Amino acid sequence: MNKIGLIIEREYMTRVKRKSFLLTTILVPIVIIAFYAVIIAVSISGESNTQRIAVLDNANLFNGVIETSKSDKSSYHFIHNETEQSFKSKYKGEGYSLFLYIPESYNKDSGQIKIHSQAAVSIFAKADIERKINAAVEKKRLLAANIDPEIYKNIKADIEVENTIDSGKGEQKGVAGVAYAISFIAGILIYMILLIYGTMVMRGVMEEKTNRIAEVIVSSAKPFQLMLGKIIGIGAVGITQFAIWIVLMIVLQFAIPFIFPDLFEQISNPAVMSNPAMQQVNSGKMVTILQGLHSLPVAKMVLCFIFYFIGGYLLYAALFAAIGSVVSEDQNEAQQLVFPVMMPLILGFVIMTKAINDPDSGLAVFGSMFPLTSPIVMMGRITFGVPPWQLALSMVLLVLGFLFFTWLTAKIYRTGILLYGKKVTWKEMWKWMVRKS
Amino acid sequence: MQHILEVHHLKKYFATQKAVDDVSFNIEQGSIFGMLGPNGAGKTTLLRMITGIFFPDDGSITFEGKKFDAINDIVRIGYMPEERGLYKKMNIGDQALYLARLKGLSKAEAMEKIKFWFQRMEMETWWNKKVQDLSKGMSQKLQFVTTVLHEPKLIILDEPFSGLDPVNANLIKDEIFRLAKNGSTIIFSTHRMEQVEEICDHIILINRGNKILDGTVKKVKQDFKENLFMVGFEKDPGYIEPNAIFEISGTKDDNIILKINDGYKPHDVLQHLLGKGLEIISFHEILPSLNDIFIKLVEGTPLARQFKAMDA
Repeated sequence: MNKIGLIIEREYMTRVKRKSFLLTTILVPIVIIAFYAVIIAVSISGESNTQRIAVLDNANLFNGVIETSKSDKSSYHFIHNETEQSFKSKYKGEGYSLFLYIPESYNKDSGQIKIHSQAAVSIFAKADIERKINAAVEKKRLLAANIDPEIYKNIKADIEVENTIDSGKGEQKGVAGVAYAISFIAGILIYMILLIYGTMVMRGVMEEKTNRIAEVIVSSAKPFQLMLGKIIGIGAVGITQFAIWIVLMIVLQFAIPFIFPDLFEQISNPAVMSNPAMQQVNSGKMVTILQGLHSLPVAKMVLCFIFYFIGGYLLYAALFAAIGSVVSEDQNEAQQLVFPVMMPLILGFVIMTKAINDPDSGLAVFGSMFPLTSPIVMMGRITFGVPPWQLALSMVLLVLGFLFFTWLTAKIYRTGILLYGKKVTWKEMWKWMVRKS
Repeated sequence: MQHILEVHHLKKYFATQKAVDDVSFNIEQGSIFGMLGPNGAGKTTLLRMITGIFFPDDGSITFEGKKFDAINDIVRIGYMPEERGLYKKMNIGDQALYLARLKGLSKAEAMEKIKFWFQRMEMETWWNKKVQDLSKGMSQKLQFVTTVLHEPKLIILDEPFSGLDPVNANLIKDEIFRLAKNGSTIIFSTHRMEQVEEICDHIILINRGNKILDGTVKKVKQDFKENLFMVGFEKDPGYIEPNAIFEISGTKDDNIILKINDGYKPHDVLQHLLGKGLEIISFHEILPSLNDIFIKLVEGTPLARQFKAMDA
């Protein structure tokens, strides 16, 4: 036990002390958040500065008036006695950033409404103009049909359906979308964890093999101790990295509004949220999403996430370690050998995407039981409520699967790490697995 | 003298070959034991069984008078494999500390020993360097230090001098002698015969998984001598007539090499030559070198036997 402890300590310390660890651990969340910040900033930037928009309204759609809200900084100016062609060369010189051309009749045959600009117009600006045009057209048509706009407003339907889950703990308001999103994120997260840290274990084993240190170590400790120590050590690195990421995310969420106050002011500005998709995410919806989050079994999910994270990692790490032990110096060989390990991982991912659509289908239930796919698939099902016996069975199977695969891969590992410069075939690996020690 | 290690009928068969096929030998406490053999003879497999890395298929190993128990006994063994291995990106000091602690030393003990050895081998300035920054000879030195750091009773060195310049080779050689003098037993595996002659007390020769020679260096040489003697004369002895006592097998300047026939002794040769009135200035026996013996025994057997399918 003492030796495993030493090995864990080494695996952990050498990785955590590395500069690349610090770099990825700290930079990754910053890069992700900065990425989103930049996307948001860029997509709304067109709107932030005051735009002078020229309108060539040949159809007299707006009747010479365009209503703008208080926060809308753009100003609209109607131009007369110009044609599309003649004004095209002038609008920039007259200080307009873009001009809107509305032909006399604007159906598809006779020509469309156009925005002329020097650079591409931001999606928000375009959506805003479209919204204004649609409102004007609607108003005209209503008048033509002799319908009072007030009556029309009352006729328009905007009905939402609420999903109430009748579980033991009284009524819970569930929102399918929230469960869907959370399941998907949790499944992807587990998939990525297994892949990233599994490959890290494989690389560690390959390093020991190619450096020939393995033979020195196994003359001091048992190969199994070395394998387990490495797996646990790297697992601890993963947990550390995640802990740091979570802390950083929380800190950044609080810090960003202070660093970029403008950005949040704009996002919270309703006029900017003219995009129809974003409009939906308005206060009412926000409340139901929060309610949905509350109705999810959060504690159960967190516990399951931790369990499947650890269980799945241990299982896959053992498989990756075995692959690392049979690879000789050739990197291409590693890719070939790693494929059979990747397959159940990818399969799990595919079943997970199906499971979040149909959590109680036979495939989803099977996927969440089978130890090689259960960590991913179960995370996809968990938010939809899984019968306790299924969850218990899945967990027991995962533990058994981990024990079985560790026992099996340890046999490959033990022989593989001491075999130099020889290509190992599947047949040979099979022999190592079945022979008695 | 007590045997530190006794190997009885050790066997290890792999799928395609008999790597070690019924090998037995004993090693005396405090001796320097040479394990010789061509490439692929089974030396590494044999060493891996002695270091507890492999389980023998058959046979037994007795270490310090008791049945070899890998888990507890390996801390008293230091093994330097032929394929040198260190963590390239790990700090040298930390690395030595880690390997020493894996051998059961406490942190404080290990630090003390590392300081002693680093000073002794003039490696103090290396502590914060990484192995990838060291030359091949330097990392070899480090490997040796990590092997003997925990003061093992049995030290196994597989080709310890490969890649070392003569100065560093001598440094390591002196350390080997010193360790043996202080009571450690050393197994020295190599196919470099001149080093064996210089260092080892006792040798065995392994070929194709079998032990084909066992004895002290002196005894082996005696066993393989061909009764060749070199005689130096004051001046060219001219033609020496054939006789019953010896045959001339070669001449070199004013010396002749002769082979004494069975039933005669060197004394008879001298008497015969002196009787001819020849003036002799030197007379000494030519013993075969281990290199000659090695080549004689191994030559003609296929070296690349790993491709030969096992018959039985």
